[in-house]
Amino acid sequence: MMFPDYNQCALSVLIFSPLLAALFALCLKSEAVLRWWTLAFTTALGLFSLPLYAHFDPAQADFQFRQTSAWIPALKIHYAVGVDGISLLLVLLTTLIMPLCVLASWRYIQTRVKEFMICLLIMETAMVGVFCALDLVLFFVFWEAMLIPMALLIGIWGGPRKLYASLKFFVYTMSGSVFLLVAIIALYFQAGTFSIPEIMGQSFPHDFQFWIFLAFFISFAIKVPMFPFHTWLPAAHVEAPTAGSVLLASVLLKMGTYGFLRFSLPMAPYATQLFTPYILGLSVIAIVYGGLTALAQTDLKKLVAYSSVAHMGFATLGIFALNQMGIEGAVLVMINHGVTTGALFIMVGIIYERLHSRDLGQAAGMGKAMPIFALFAGVFALSSLAFPGTNSFIGEFLVMSGGFAVSKAMMIGVVPGVILAAAYMLRMLQKVAYGGTKNPTHSHLQDLGFREIATLVPLLVFVFWIGLHPEPFTRVMHASVQHLLQQTHPASAYALQP
Amino acid sequence: MLSNHKVFAFLPELTLLGGALVLFLISLQNRRGREARKAALFVSFAGILATVLCLGQDQALFAGAYRVDLFSQVLKLMFAFGFCFILLLSGSLEDIREEIKPEYYLFLTISVCGLMMLVSSVDLITMVVALEVSAFPLYVMVPMRVERAGQRSQMESAIKYMMFGIGANGVMFFGMSYLYALTGTTSLAVLAAKLLPMMHSPLAIAGLALTLCGLFYKLAIFPFHFWTPDVYQGASNETASLIASLPKIGGVAILFRLVSMATGDNHVLALLLAILAVCSMLYGNLIALMQKDFKRLLGFSGIAHAGYALVGFVALSQLGYTAALYYIISYLFMVLACFVVICKVSRDGHNVAINELAGLHRRSPLLAVTLAVGVFALAGLPPFAGFIGKLTLLTSAWQKGHSALVIIAMINAAIAVYYYLSVVREAWFRDPGDLPPIRLDWPTKALCLALITGILALGVAPARLLDTLSSSVVGASLTSPSPVLPAVAHAALETDTPFHHVP
Repeated sequence: MMFPDYNQCALSVLIFSPLLAALFALCLKSEAVLRWWTLAFTTALGLFSLPLYAHFDPAQADFQFRQTSAWIPALKIHYAVGVDGISLLLVLLTTLIMPLCVLASWRYIQTRVKEFMICLLIMETAMVGVFCALDLVLFFVFWEAMLIPMALLIGIWGGPRKLYASLKFFVYTMSGSVFLLVAIIALYFQAGTFSIPEIMGQSFPHDFQFWIFLAFFISFAIKVPMFPFHTWLPAAHVEAPTAGSVLLASVLLKMGTYGFLRFSLPMAPYATQLFTPYILGLSVIAIVYGGLTALAQTDLKKLVAYSSVAHMGFATLGIFALNQMGIEGAVLVMINHGVTTGALFIMVGIIYERLHSRDLGQAAGMGKAMPIFALFAGVFALSSLAFPGTNSFIGEFLVMSGGFAVSKAMMIGVVPGVILAAAYMLRMLQKVAYGGTKNPTHSHLQDLGFREIATLVPLLVFVFWIGLHPEPFTRVMHASVQHLLQQTHPASAYALQP
Repeated sequence: MLSNHKVFAFLPELTLLGGALVLFLISLQNRRGREARKAALFVSFAGILATVLCLGQDQALFAGAYRVDLFSQVLKLMFAFGFCFILLLSGSLEDIREEIKPEYYLFLTISVCGLMMLVSSVDLITMVVALEVSAFPLYVMVPMRVERAGQRSQMESAIKYMMFGIGANGVMFFGMSYLYALTGTTSLAVLAAKLLPMMHSPLAIAGLALTLCGLFYKLAIFPFHFWTPDVYQGASNETASLIASLPKIGGVAILFRLVSMATGDNHVLALLLAILAVCSMLYGNLIALMQKDFKRLLGFSGIAHAGYALVGFVALSQLGYTAALYYIISYLFMVLACFVVICKVSRDGHNVAINELAGLHRRSPLLAVTLAVGVFALAGLPPFAGFIGKLTLLTSAWQKGHSALVIIAMINAAIAVYYYLSVVREAWFRDPGDLPPIRLDWPTKALCLALITGILALGVAPARLLDTLSSSVVGASLTSPSPVLPAVAHAALETDTPFHHVP
C-alpha cells in the first residue's frame, strides 16, 4: 500500500495537520491567500474526517481508531488517541464547524489576518485533541493548549472590553484546570496509569471518588459553564470576534460536558450518585436563570450568550439524569447547541458587520430590507427554542423524557425555562424581522451575499436533518452510552464496596 | 595515557579558564570591548564543544574531591549553552562602562567556570571554593552598570547582594562545621556514609539545614530572598539575566548533592523544605502581582519558581530530584526568553516597565512571540517546558504523600497566571502608540529561535532529558544502593586519610 491505513492514522492526521497548516501559513504573505489557504485546508480536513463516521462500528462500545505510543516513559505517559460514539460526533462537529468559522471571519477580520488564521488552526488541533485523547496528561495538554489561542482571539480581535474579557476567560478556566491537574495526578497514583480506558474500568474507594469528583466538577463546571460559574461566558462571548464566539459556543463549552461524560461518570460512579441531586438542581437553575437573563438583554450577543447558559443546563440535566434517553439527549443537545448557537452568533456577526452595533433596538426591522436574512434568522431562532421539526426539539425532548424518569417535580421547574426560551427568541425574532419601522436607514442594507449564505446553509441542513431524521446521529452513540451507563449504574456502583 | 584522560575530563573547565586568561590579557589593553566580546563568544562555543566531547566522562579527580560523572557533565553542558545565550543576548553591552567591558567578560567567564566546578564538587572544601569562584565575579559585575543621573542603585544593589551573600555563606559555614564535627570529614561520600546512622539526630539535621542556607540564598528561597528584586533592578539587564539563570542551576545541583544524604523517611527535613517551598511560592507570587517593573516581576516570580523547584526536594526521592533538575533547566530557557526581550526593548539599558512592552507585537513580532512563549512556559502551560516540569515535580511530591503541598503549589500556579497574563496583555493586546519598530540583528534572531525551540522541545519531547537526568541522579546519589564512590568511600571510612581527619 502506498498510504498508511486510514483507520490507523486518521485521528493523528486530524490532530496534527492543522499545526503543519499553521506553519505553512506562517510563510504566506498575502492576506487573500491566507484566507483561501485556511478555508481550503479546513474544508479538506472536514471532508477527510467524514469517513470516520462510515468506518465507525456503532455496535462496539469500545474506543476505535486507536493509536498508542510511548511519550514520556519516565512517568508512563502515552500518546494515546481513539474515539467512541460520543467523542466521534464531537470530533466531526469540530472539523465541520471550522470552515464556517473561517468564512464567518472573511470580512470581519481585517487586521493581523495571519495571526488570526494561525490561532484558528492551533485551536483546531487542541479541540480535536481534547476529544480524541485517551491519556489523562495528553488530554490535559490539549485542554490547556486551547487556552492561549482562544485568549488571543478574544484579546486581539475582540470588542472594546476585550482585555477584561480575555483575562477573565483565562483566569477562570485556568483556576478550574488547576484542580483538574491535581485530580489527574491523584488518579495516576490510585490507578497506576494515565490511560483513560484502563482507569474507566477500575473502581476506587468512596472517599477518593468524592474528592476526584469535586476536582473534576469544578474544572468542568467552569468550562460548561454551570450556573454559579458562568460569569466569564457573557463577557467572553460579547467581546470575542464572530469566529471566536462560534468556536466558544460550538466546541469549547462541549469540552466541559464531554469531561463529565468521559471522566466524572465512569471514574467516580459512587460520587456521581451522591452529587446528582445538587447538579440536577444547578441545571434547572441554569435553565431558568439563563432564560430570564436572556429575556432582559438588549445586546444581541449577550442574549445568545445567556441562552447558551440555559441550553447547557439542558445538557448537564440530561447527563445527570443517568439514563439512556437523558445522556443521548444531552449529547444531541451538545451537537444541536453547536449548530444552532453557532449559527445565531454568525447571524449576530452579520448584523454587526452592517450596523456596527449589536443593539436589539438598532437592529429592529432589518428583516424588511433583508428577506433572506429574515428567513435564516427565523429558522435558527425557532431551532433555538426547540420548535418541533428542528434539531433542538429532539435533543431537549429526549433530555426531558430522561428527566421525567428521575423526578417529575424537578421537570415542573424546567417547564418555565422552555417557555422563557420561546419568549426571548421570539422577542428577538419579532424585533429583528418585523419590528422597528422607524429605522429608515435599514432600507440601504444589503441582503446576505453568497459567502454568508454558504456559511449558513450547512448549519440549516443540520437543523432539519437532526430535527427530522436523528437516527444517524443517535445510532453511533447507542452502544457507547449503554457502556457508559453500565459503568455508572447505581447497582454496580454500590456493589463496589460493601 | 591516564593523565591524558584526566585532562580530558577537566576539559570544559580548562577551556573556560584558558578563555579567562585570554580575556585577562585583552583587558590589560585599552578599549578592547569588541575584541573581548569576540573572544568570549569564541570561548563559549569552545566550551559547548568541550562539554559535548566530555559528556560521557566518568572519573574522580583531585584525590576524590572532584567528581566528573553524567550528572555534572549534563549540567556543564547546560552552563555552556547558558553562557553562550547570555553572551548573545547581552549584545555589545550598552549598559556597561566602555573602559571595563573586557573585565566584564572576564568576570562572566570566571563565574561560569566556577559554576562548572561547583557541579563537580563532592567535597565541602571544593564546594565552597567553587561557590565563591562563581559568586564573587557576580558581586563585581553588578556595580559595573553605567551610572545614571542622580541614581546609584547599582552600588546599592551590589552592596546588598554581597552582604546577603556573605551572611548566607557564614550560616552555611556554621552548618558545615556541625557536619564536620559529627563526621570528621569533608568528603561528601564519606560524610553521607557516616551521617546515615545519625541522620535523624537534631544535630545532623541542624547542620544539614544550616549548610543548605547558602544554597537557598543562591536560589532566592524565602527568607534568603531579600536581595533578589533589588539586585535584579539595580544590575544591568545583562547581569540580571545571568544572576537569574545559571547560578540557580548550580544551586539546585548542590542542593541535590547535600539533600540526597538524607533518606526518604526524614520527615523533619521534608517538613522544613516543604515550609520553605510554600513560603517562597506564596510570597513570590503574591508580591509579583503588584510589580510594575518587568525585572522586579521576574525577580519575585523567580522566588516562586525556586519554591516550585524545592517541591521536588521535599519528596526526597530520585523522581523528585530529577524533576527539580528538569524544572530548573527549563527555567534557564524560560527566564532567558524573557530577558532577551528586556535587553532588546531597552535600547540604552534602562529598566523596562511592564507597560513599556505595549505593542511589542507590532514593534517586533519575533520578540513578542519569544516573550509569549517564555511567559506562558513560566506560567506552566502546556505544551511548553514549564508544564512538564511542574507535572513531574507535583507527581513526585504526591507520590510521597505531600498532597497538601501539591494543592498549594497548584493554587500558586493559578495566582501566577494573572501577572504573567498581564505581561502578555501589554505585549499583544495593546497598541504601541508611536514607538519605533525594534530591529533585531541575526544573532538575536537565532537566539530567540533557539530559546523558543528549546522551550517547546522540553515541553513536547521531554523523555530524553528526563531519562538522562534520572540516570545521572541515580549515579550521583550518595545514599543510593550503588554509591558513586564506593571504593573511595570505603577506603576513607576504614583508614581516615589525614586530609579528612583532624585530630
